[in-house]
Amino acid sequence: MVKKIEDGPDVIFIDRHLIHEVTSPVAFLGLKSRGIKVLFPEKTFATADHNTPTINQHLPVEDPLSANQLRALEQNAHEYGIRHWGLGHENNGIVHVVGPENGITLPGATIVCGDSHTSTHGAFGAIAFGIGTSEVEMVLASQCIMQPKAKSMLIKVNGKLQKGVTPKDVALFVISKLSTSGATGYFVEYAGEVFESMSMEGRMTVCNLSIEMGARGGMIAPDEKTFAYIKDRTFTPKGKDWDKAMEYWKTLKTDKDAVYDKEFVFDAAVIEPMITYGTNPGMGMGISKAIPEAEMVEGGKVTYIKSLDYMGFHEGEAMLGKKIDYVFVGSCTNGRIEDFRAFASVVKGKRKAKDITVWLVPGSHKVEDQIREEGLLDILTEAGFVLRQPGCSACLAMNDDKVPAGKYAVSTSNRNFEGRQGPGSRTLLASPLVAAAAAITGKVTDPREFL
Amino acid sequence: MAYDKFNVLKSTAYPLPIENVDTDQIIPARFLKATERKGFGDNLFRDWRYHPDGSLKKDFVLNDPKYSGTILVGGKNFGSGSSREHAAWAVYDFGFRCVISSFFADIFKNNCLNIGVLPVQVSESFLDSIFEEIYKDPTTNLEVDLKEQKVTLLTTGQSENFVINGYKKHNMLNGFDDIDYLQNLKPEILEFSKTRPF
Repeated sequence: MVKKIEDGPDVIFIDRHLIHEVTSPVAFLGLKSRGIKVLFPEKTFATADHNTPTINQHLPVEDPLSANQLRALEQNAHEYGIRHWGLGHENNGIVHVVGPENGITLPGATIVCGDSHTSTHGAFGAIAFGIGTSEVEMVLASQCIMQPKAKSMLIKVNGKLQKGVTPKDVALFVISKLSTSGATGYFVEYAGEVFESMSMEGRMTVCNLSIEMGARGGMIAPDEKTFAYIKDRTFTPKGKDWDKAMEYWKTLKTDKDAVYDKEFVFDAAVIEPMITYGTNPGMGMGISKAIPEAEMVEGGKVTYIKSLDYMGFHEGEAMLGKKIDYVFVGSCTNGRIEDFRAFASVVKGKRKAKDITVWLVPGSHKVEDQIREEGLLDILTEAGFVLRQPGCSACLAMNDDKVPAGKYAVSTSNRNFEGRQGPGSRTLLASPLVAAAAAITGKVTDPREFL
Repeated sequence: MAYDKFNVLKSTAYPLPIENVDTDQIIPARFLKATERKGFGDNLFRDWRYHPDGSLKKDFVLNDPKYSGTILVGGKNFGSGSSREHAAWAVYDFGFRCVISSFFADIFKNNCLNIGVLPVQVSESFLDSIFEEIYKDPTTNLEVDLKEQKVTLLTTGQSENFVINGYKKHNMLNGFDDIDYLQNLKPEILEFSKTRPF
């Protein structure tokens, strides 16, 4: 912290700043109109992801508005001396996938990005959160941000997860318990056996979804797994710098006597594969359950019924067996190698269902390469699936990957808001395993049948 | 960059008593492709306001000629979801200077404060009273006094105080923004940067 303003926010120094094409152009315009430079260009990293096509990336981008934003990012990065990974660059991909992949994300670092899923980087014990464009401009201009102090929340999940239950299910379960605003104003720390034994990819999925219960950020204390993941990556400190950083990182353990403003403890054994049935990520349940009655839910009944109407669902209905039109595997939530391994493990030796469109979109070129190297692509191809090129894709449908009005999509992304995946689209959030089960049956299916 | 000063706002209001209004509803992602801060008001609540063919949905509050004003009154947990400041820009560009709700999502609230739109958090019971009064009489005026940190329903005289930190209040009253402040803090920032381990 650079300074504490009396009766005001804290001025926090930012170690790593990630930018993309959608939320940065107006920030650069602001800098220009004020006539100021970027204070620490080497601490900002630019990648193109939100708007990018996921096929034929070698061709010019067809949509003139998207092309214009991509060009603006490139020009601004060039003008201000910022590292830029545009379309086709080997390091290109979704901002929250390429950050950790390239060693930009480090324990104890303060990391911001004009994207709410910046909480992802908390998986490494970084203090990471999403910001608006005015704040992007602040960071470019001063490498600082002004934030009021957040309250602290501990979420503990003890015990062992059942077979077929993934990090995504743990997160959707917690959000369903806390609601979409249950952690607003809090910074969450995840602890307990479930998170300790989770892979780094899984931890990223969990921290990524912190914002979906309103949290400013989410974090898991760094351990040997964290250090093993970051070692020798492109921007990770090397040699003596690594030793020095390690000394610091080893001090980042959770204080045994830490007191939190709020604590929740859950038992891993009760978590099933999850699916959402409504229009916010808090409206989720175990896949074998029935959609709750309006009387049973907290909050406004009118909003609840409006949400079910939009989805074309009714109170008390089962989700299993519902027909699905689209499947999307990807996004900063579930677009990493582990997610494609999970998907491939279910579809191996089976066939894609007829009448279903499946978009498999890796989170980065590195993930794409790994899918090939591990032989997963062969499994996917044999089962009738096609692998696309990296980007945010159908998670927010800014590019052409849009789910048509009224159609149902099982999606491994993070938001099931009205029209999120295209105007009128209906999204069911779930894990890559549930997505895989839907992709081969064409229906909402319990993936445990295939494990 | 300075924005409009906010002092006392007296206005009628648009009621939107829906909970968890997310930023994808406030402005859908497909309208985020501009590289300038222009024209977002036209697409505020795009899919609630227009049919797919571009014609108006007559029953949506922003299309109802009964309602007017520079205050938007929304249900609990307003502005959840994405960090897109475009949502706050759209609210501003449509003509709103104040949003009243019983609960705001963090990033949206911050974004509003950063562009000079005042988010006012009131109790659920007061929010209900506001909705009730506006539905009874759409010409109901509200007064939002930033200096006094007080919002008043002028028809009934009911009022409630709201919270805002002293720093942001000072900025809004004077139309200052954070970059003005941070530019003056540069020596301290450069000094602090030397203490970071990476």
